[in-house]
Amino acid sequence: MNDLLRRYGKGLTWTFIGLTFFWLIILVVLPDFKLLESSFRPYLPVKEIGGPKDVYTFNNYLQIFGNEVDFNFFGLHFPLAARVKVFVLTIFYSGVVTLITFILAYPLSFYLAKVVSPKSLPTLFLLLFVPLWVSEVLRSFAWYIILTLKGPLNVFLMTIGVISEEIRWIDGYSPVVVTLVYAYVLFMLFPLYNAMQSLDSNQIEAADDLGAPWWRTHWRVILPHCKPGIASGAVMVFMLSAGSLLVPAIINSTTGNWFTQTIQGIMLEGQDWNAGAAFAFMLLLFCTIAVSVAMRVFRVSLSDIAK
Amino acid sequence: MSAGIDLDNVCCDFGKFRAVDHVNVNIQPGEFFSFLGPSGCGKTTILRMISGFTEPTEGVIRIGGKDVRGQRPNQRPTALIFQNLALFPLMPIWENIAFGLEVRGVDKAKRRARAEELLALVDLHDSADKMVSQLSGGQKQRVAIARALAVEPAVMLLDEPLSALDLKLRQHMRAELRAIQKRTGVTFIYITHDQGEALAMSDRVGVMSQGRLQQVANPRDIYNNPVNGFVASFVGENNIFTGDVQNAADGMASFATPTGTFRARLPGAAGKLYVRPEHMVLQATAGAENSVAVTLTEVAFEGNFVSVHGVTEGGKDMVAELRNDGSAPIPSAGTQMHMVFEARNAAILPDSATAGA
Ligand SMILES: Nc1ncnc2c1ncn2[C@@H]1O[C@H](COP(=O)(O)OP(=O)(O)OP(=O)(O)O)[C@@H](O)[C@H]1O
Ligand SMILES: [Mg+2]
Repeated sequence: MNDLLRRYGKGLTWTFIGLTFFWLIILVVLPDFKLLESSFRPYLPVKEIGGPKDVYTFNNYLQIFGNEVDFNFFGLHFPLAARVKVFVLTIFYSGVVTLITFILAYPLSFYLAKVVSPKSLPTLFLLLFVPLWVSEVLRSFAWYIILTLKGPLNVFLMTIGVISEEIRWIDGYSPVVVTLVYAYVLFMLFPLYNAMQSLDSNQIEAADDLGAPWWRTHWRVILPHCKPGIASGAVMVFMLSAGSLLVPAIINSTTGNWFTQTIQGIMLEGQDWNAGAAFAFMLLLFCTIAVSVAMRVFRVSLSDIAK
Repeated sequence: MSAGIDLDNVCCDFGKFRAVDHVNVNIQPGEFFSFLGPSGCGKTTILRMISGFTEPTEGVIRIGGKDVRGQRPNQRPTALIFQNLALFPLMPIWENIAFGLEVRGVDKAKRRARAEELLALVDLHDSADKMVSQLSGGQKQRVAIARALAVEPAVMLLDEPLSALDLKLRQHMRAELRAIQKRTGVTFIYITHDQGEALAMSDRVGVMSQGRLQQVANPRDIYNNPVNGFVASFVGENNIFTGDVQNAADGMASFATPTGTFRARLPGAAGKLYVRPEHMVLQATAGAENSVAVTLTEVAFEGNFVSVHGVTEGGKDMVAELRNDGSAPIPSAGTQMHMVFEARNAAILPDSATAGA
């Protein structure tokens, strides 16, 4: 604080701090708070807002129940409300996305941090960054095109003779998962790379010298060291995936609905902002719970992630 | 158990740069052998080649008589103690020590028992469940030694393990290391740039300069009979004279310098004249031979000895060391005196080993 004052003088320092607070309070906290508040109020015609019917209620939240359908979860059949089903699948497949990004990013970050010569690092990072120059919309469309029935993937597979008939890739949750993995894998890669890089290479060599095969060195030395990096990457990918509207909307797999699409339907098509807000907060709440449970299971603390 | 190591014409190149140049040495089983040399002379590179992290560009390395080229570090009977120790900070002490056993599939109870045994060996009782960050520098040091001993290596490789410790602890750990080596009988290869350490602990010392092994000998010979100027000046202080050899005979010669002509030993090729400060005697009158008149410029009291600096008429700086035992009066700066040395304590030595030697 004193540092800032000395460096930028009084006027500039207070302007900085004022603007930051303005951004935080007016643009982030207040709107969210308003949304939270309205999620507890009924959806009423404009005339009745503030009237006798405008009372606090949990009804919006309860709207997630009802309209039971059959839920087939890997062979397990049971009846479940349609929206709850989408909700559960969204959280589950966000977990799947997180797991896949980890499986992809771990070897890659190890390669970048410990194997590759520092000379070729800038080139490799450039290659990783180039896709980021293209907007997420275009990247999602690219996957949509790749996966369509007459798309390049089917054409390629048929040309080399692996399949004899086009496969409907855009079906169920797989295309959404694939595209989300592509969209967010770097959010896993960078924290992992950072963690991996901060590991003293001598520790890897020490394990090697003591006779450890490569997998044990990873399991006992490298992976534990990277845990905070994995945790922060996982939280980011999981939250971004669960909250992504763009990717599932563009892929538009009718049998692979994302909960954000449900919220969008209620808010924009149904014009029911109150119920939409309630659903959005439910998603946020459950994602937070899922993350805290995962952190408990893997014994990571918040302070580890902040590092 | 312990094994000897042969380095046979070993070279190591990094690109165009030759870090280790034709090193030949046979290290005996159970020997405490030190590589001594200045920073960057290739010591670590030699250790990394023995442990298998770096392959020699040329030459053969044998451990216990077996050529180990192509063997991975985890297949070699060596244990390396890294310059920065490289303990595993996320494991408790005992798991650190037992890691090598865990790798070998030893069950947990046995591992724990063995770790406790080793902790006792290195004088670290009751630390099994502590974390690495809770230990002091010297204690970490011992954990690193215990961890390396756990795999019962035939050869222990130590890369300047004491350099991070303070002086008192360093001297204590020297004795400790030496004792552990005697107790276990394992071959120790020790790396240091501290001559005192190398001389005090080792059975033999190999002095290195710029990737080349200059001399291999026991500590006394290294100090008393250095083969060249590099060894003489790296291991201890010297008064150095440049000049020309005259009338060489029977390993003795006259050496004409701008300061005067001196008698000295001439063990090999000609070069410069080296006289150690402790071999300089200060007297009020000139000696019969090998006597230099000086004006004392500085008398530095160092505790167990006194370092006396002087300058000759020709402007050459000289230094003598007197024992602080009351046998001679300590002169004061400004007096005119003579520094005298015996011919057998002075040697004419070539600069350093020539290429390919
Ligand atoms: N991987 C490498 N690539 C290129 N050059 C290297 C590499 N490792 C070492 N060198 C060079 O080889 C020379 C010897 O290095 P080495 O680490 O063996 O020195 P050292 O004697 O252990 O020095 P110190 O006492 O400082 O640890 C140095 O000049 C160093 O720059
Ligand atoms: Mg070194």
